[in-house]
Amino acid sequence: MDSLLALGHGFVVAFEPTNLLFAAIGVVLGTAVGVLPGIGPALTVALLLPVTFKLDPGGSLIMFAGIYYGGMYGGSTTAILLNTPGESASVVTALEGNQMARSGRGGPALATAAIGSFVAGTIATFGLAFLAPVLVRLAVNFGPWDYFALMVLAFVTVSATFGSSPLRGLTSLALGLTLGIVGIDQLTGRARLTFGVPQLFDGIEVTTLAVGLFAIGEALYVASRHLYAPEKPIPVKGSLWMTREDWRRSWKPWLRGVGFGFPIGALPAGGAEIPTFLSYTTERRLAKNPEEFGRGAIEGVAGPEAANNASAAGTLVPLLTLGLPTSATAAIMLAGFQQYGLQPGPLLFTKEPALVWGLIASLFIANTMLIILNLPLIGIWVRLLAIPLPWLYAGILVFAAMGTIASDPSVVELAMLVGFGIIGFLMRRYDHPIAPAVVGLILGPMADNQLRRSLQMSLGDPMILLQNPGSATLLAIAALALVAPVLLKGLERFQAQED
Amino acid sequence: MKQGTLRAPDRVPVVVGIILLAAAAIVAMDANHIQSGFTYGISPAAVPFVVAGFLALLGASHLVVAFRRRDPADDSDAWNPGPADWKAVSLVLAGLGCLMAAIAVGVGFISGSALLFALTARAFGRRAFVVDLAIGAALAFLVFLLFNNLLSLTLPEGPIERLF
Repeated sequence: MDSLLALGHGFVVAFEPTNLLFAAIGVVLGTAVGVLPGIGPALTVALLLPVTFKLDPGGSLIMFAGIYYGGMYGGSTTAILLNTPGESASVVTALEGNQMARSGRGGPALATAAIGSFVAGTIATFGLAFLAPVLVRLAVNFGPWDYFALMVLAFVTVSATFGSSPLRGLTSLALGLTLGIVGIDQLTGRARLTFGVPQLFDGIEVTTLAVGLFAIGEALYVASRHLYAPEKPIPVKGSLWMTREDWRRSWKPWLRGVGFGFPIGALPAGGAEIPTFLSYTTERRLAKNPEEFGRGAIEGVAGPEAANNASAAGTLVPLLTLGLPTSATAAIMLAGFQQYGLQPGPLLFTKEPALVWGLIASLFIANTMLIILNLPLIGIWVRLLAIPLPWLYAGILVFAAMGTIASDPSVVELAMLVGFGIIGFLMRRYDHPIAPAVVGLILGPMADNQLRRSLQMSLGDPMILLQNPGSATLLAIAALALVAPVLLKGLERFQAQED
Repeated sequence: MKQGTLRAPDRVPVVVGIILLAAAAIVAMDANHIQSGFTYGISPAAVPFVVAGFLALLGASHLVVAFRRRDPADDSDAWNPGPADWKAVSLVLAGLGCLMAAIAVGVGFISGSALLFALTARAFGRRAFVVDLAIGAALAFLVFLLFNNLLSLTLPEGPIERLF
């Protein structure tokens, strides 16, 4: 009941006219940028973060939520019409969605994705509203060792467990952790890895790293591979609306998608890839006509899209209640909080209830606005897809550079952006995941602080991490998550030899 | 299990491994430097030492991967991604360099961004350099107005920007 009351207060905040306006701007900006090919939600949020620098925290966080949800919506549009998913979580959507668009059913594909995202987003946001206070009550009793162990677990799951290669994932994480050391240490005031460069004293901006790795890295990669060869968006022909048959085939996948997406997103397991993939395989197994899969089955769009959105709301649970980002987007959102000196966590719920609950309530509003605004406006977004790629990438680079120098007008900052761009290009070229680096940069210093606080309490004895049941369990799970992929691979090989 | 018979190593993991080992050395040296002036409580060098160890471990693993015989089931194609158009890459980098130079010299960022826009568009196959230059300048100008007047964010100014 507490949740409902708090949520009610949140709606009062969110329904203030200026906040409604911020939500609307966020939704439109998020969709417009997210719909551009190759730009996923993480990059959308990172590119638009500078726009919110000078606004008040409440309004800009609400705008942020709109950007986040809008970016996800735009991403699925690109996946369906252009077959260029902007992020790994839309890859599965592109499988069936693009096939539907090719056979002239682009309208229903977009509609089931949009309505499914709405349904999933709404249910999952309710889940967030009810789960968050429970977790907050639990988290109040967390010691620094528990936080440290949680962060270690997040490091492992984000980088090693679910990627294509634990070695490459961990290397990406190591990049983030190393960059996280740079700057003045928060606890002792000592400069670390700054080499006397004053611009490095404040540490490395998460947005600079994210925009460099994602935007500049992507642009360099696309240029290097001539991937800008003409891939024309498929025009949306025929009716936008879903037939009765489409509805009948969509609603169960939506709900099952929420079932996969929300819990997995809410666990510090990171990423929406797993739930979208699980949803896809489940729908294929349950479908009456499994042979339709691969040629445009609507269930294969409805389920994964719902799972994707539900897990996005799910990642907000650890982000808001524990301050623990488990995806690149969440990491950038956390940077957004920090630019206003806000630290998400149990304290934020007691200190700034209006802000937190206003944000949660505005998620509902953003979600509703998206479906009202975007289904009729789909024609406009499709036109954005037709921007010639040379201009598109040139524009992205100009905007990325501008956002960076707007936050810190120095050549050093720009040089860092370009340096990260080159690293991002090489990482993409040699198939390294980027999210672990971003998560490592923001979580690394936090884990560092929590570890040292724990050690201070135990007078330097690291066994404190294993003596507390909470942290011991979490670290055990982390160790398990690290070796699991190796063991599974070994098992597979063993079975293969048996055959 | 296939044991590692030696063969010509993959070049990329060797390079990555060496970079990681070098990074480990730098982090460790810096941590050592911090450690030397620190006498009480938990040292700020503790975690850098751990990270240095992690980097060294990863570097060593890369070298092992590079020299071990490749398992055909492994997706080692990641190390051999095929040819790249280095001319296009350097054009984009040149554009970013132009922007950096423009800001360093104080020409302002509209001209720098216009060059970045035109050079990137060229890297992506456009051939109308002057047209792109104009589009880039217009775009940069719009963003300048938006940032400067609407969002009160200051962008590096030059003679053109000061007119507004």
